[in-house]
Amino acid sequence: MKRMAVIAFNTFKENLRDKILYNLLFFGLLLIGSALLLGTLTMGEQQKIIKDIGLASINVIGLLVAVFVGIGLVSKELEKRTIFTIVSKPVPRYEFLLGRYAGLAFTLFVNVAIMTAGFFGTLLVSQALPDAGLLTAIGLMFMELLLIVAVAIMFSTFTTPTLSATFTLAIYVIGHCTADLHALGEKLHGGLSKWLINGLYYVLPNLACFNVKGAAAYGSPIEMRYVLTSLTYGAVYTAAVILVACMIFQRRDFR
Amino acid sequence: MKPLRMSGLTKEYRLGLRQRRVVALDHLDLEVEEGEIFGFLGHNGAGKTTTIKLVLGLLHPTSGSAWILDQPITEVAVKQHVGFLPESPFFYEYLTAQEFLTFYGQLFGLGGTTLARRVEELLELVSMKEARHVPLRKFSKGMLQRVGIAQALINDPKLVILDEPMSGLDPLGRRDVRDIILRLRDAGKTVFFSTHILPDVEMICDRVGILVKGRLSAVGPVQDLIGSTSITAIDMVVEGIPDRIISDAERAGATAVKRGGQVLLTLSNGLEVDYMIDLVRMHKGRLVSLIPHKRSLEDLFVQEAGGVRT
Ligand SMILES: Nc1ncnc2c1ncn2[C@@H]1O[C@H](COP(=O)(O)OP(=O)(O)OP(=O)(O)O)[C@@H](O)[C@H]1O
Ligand SMILES: [Mg+2]
Repeated sequence: MKRMAVIAFNTFKENLRDKILYNLLFFGLLLIGSALLLGTLTMGEQQKIIKDIGLASINVIGLLVAVFVGIGLVSKELEKRTIFTIVSKPVPRYEFLLGRYAGLAFTLFVNVAIMTAGFFGTLLVSQALPDAGLLTAIGLMFMELLLIVAVAIMFSTFTTPTLSATFTLAIYVIGHCTADLHALGEKLHGGLSKWLINGLYYVLPNLACFNVKGAAAYGSPIEMRYVLTSLTYGAVYTAAVILVACMIFQRRDFR
Repeated sequence: MKPLRMSGLTKEYRLGLRQRRVVALDHLDLEVEEGEIFGFLGHNGAGKTTTIKLVLGLLHPTSGSAWILDQPITEVAVKQHVGFLPESPFFYEYLTAQEFLTFYGQLFGLGGTTLARRVEELLELVSMKEARHVPLRKFSKGMLQRVGIAQALINDPKLVILDEPMSGLDPLGRRDVRDIILRLRDAGKTVFFSTHILPDVEMICDRVGILVKGRLSAVGPVQDLIGSTSITAIDMVVEGIPDRIISDAERAGATAVKRGGQVLLTLSNGLEVDYMIDLVRMHKGRLVSLIPHKRSLEDLFVQEAGGVRT
C-alpha cells in the first residue's frame, strides 16, 4: 500500500513536469473563456452557450489528457525500459500498475477541478449561477475519464504507444454509439456478423450513459437513480479493465 | 546459504511472425558463493543480459528455476535484498539525482532521516554530490551509470547484480567502479557482474563463469582458468652488452633480436631473467625494459568461444 502511494505520488510529480499537461490545460481554459465572447455574439441563449462550450471543453481536454498522458505513463515506461529498475525491486507488478493508475487519476482530478473552476468563474462573469446539475454532469464525465484511462493503461501493457492511443480513441468513439451497434445487431438475421456485433455491444463500454451534458446545460432535472446506476456501471467496468490489465502485465516479459 | 543459484535455466525467444525459436540461454546451472565477486563473461549476444533478467523476474524462464538467498525468485520479497543495475541505464529523466535515489529508497520501504543519510552516502560514494539537483535528462552516460550504481545500493543489498557496470565509463570511472565493487566485497556483500572487459575481471573477480552462445563453457577461480603458471614469456630489452653474452643467452634457450644498439631477448621463464639481469649488470649494460607476457583470460576466451563454434 505504501509502495503504491509512492508510485502514485511519483506519477503525479512526473505529470506536473510534463509540458503537454500545461498546454492542454491552458488551451482548455482558453476555450472556456472564449465562450464569453461567443455568448455575446448570439442573442438570447448566452448562458446556455457558455454552459455547452464549458462542458464540452472540459470533456475534450480531459479525454486528451487521459489518453495521451495515460498512455505515456505505462507504455513509455516499457519503451524507455525504466520499468526494469522498478520490477527488479520488491514491488509486485500489479502494485506498479495500480500506483500508476492512482497517480494519473489524481492528475485528472486536479485537471478537471481547475477547468471546472475556470468554467464556473466564466459563468459568474456572465451573471449566471453554477448549479448542481452542471456538477453532476462533470462528475459523470470524470467517471468516464477514469474508465478511459483504465482502457488506455490496459492497451499500453501490451502494445506500442501509437497503437494504444489509436485503440483507446476508437473505443471512445464506438463506446458513444453502442446504441447504434445494438440496433444494427437487431436488424441482422443470425450468422457470424450478428454474433460479432452483439458480442461487441456487450464487451464495449456504453459511454453514452455518462453523458448528461445536454440536460445539465438546459437546466432540466437529472434523476439521482440514473446517476448512481451510471456511476456503479462505470466503477465495475473500470475495475474489470484494470484487472485484465494486471493479468496481462503479470504475464509479460520485459525484453 | 547461496546468494544466487540457477538450475537448468533456459530461455527461448520467439521471433517474427513465424515464431522462429532462438535459444538465448541453454540449461544454465550456476552457483554463486557468499561474499565473492563473480564475473560473468561472454561475448555480445552470449546471453548474459538474458540470464540477469531471468534472475530478477523481468523475463519468465522457458524452463528451469533460480533461487536468491535460497528463496525461489518468484517470491517478490527476496528482491528486498538485491541491488540491480541494468545494462544501459534508463531512468526517470524528470527527476534529479537526489529525488531519484529517494524514490527508489521509498520503494524499499525506507524513509525519513535513514533514507536521507543513505542517499547522502551514496552520492558521495559515486562522486555525484555536485550534480544532486540536476535532472537526469541532463546527465552524460557516465554520470547516469554512476547514479545507476548508487540506485543499486540504496537498500544495502546482500547480493548486487550489475549488468556491464563499466560500460560507458572512462578509465578513471572504471577504476572507481572497481573500487566500489571491491569495497562491497569487503563489507561482506556478494557481487555478480557481467562484462566482456577482461582486465576488469582479472583484476577483481574471485571466480568467473564463461558463457558462450547461451551455454556455460567454463566456471572456476580466475587463477585456475588462467593457469597456475600465468606468465608465459618475458620480453627483455637491454643495451650495451657484448655480443658474446647474447650468444650465451641464445644457447640457453632465449631468442634474441638486434635493433640498433638494443637487443630484444625473449625468455621463457623467471629463472633465466635473474641470470640475465646479473649478466647485464656485470658487463655494465643497461636494462631498458622488462615485460612479462601473461596468458590472459582473453586467450582463454578466444579459445573457449572458438571451441564451441567449430
Ligand atoms: N528481445 C529479444 N528478442 C529476441 N531475441 C533476443 C532478445 N533479446 C536478446 N535476444 C537474443 O538472445 C541472445 C542473448 O542476448 P543477450 O542480450 O542476453 O546477450 P548479452 O550476453 O547480454 O550480450 P551483450 O554483451 O551484447 O549485452 C542473443 O542471441 C539475442 O539475439
Ligand atoms: Mg547484455
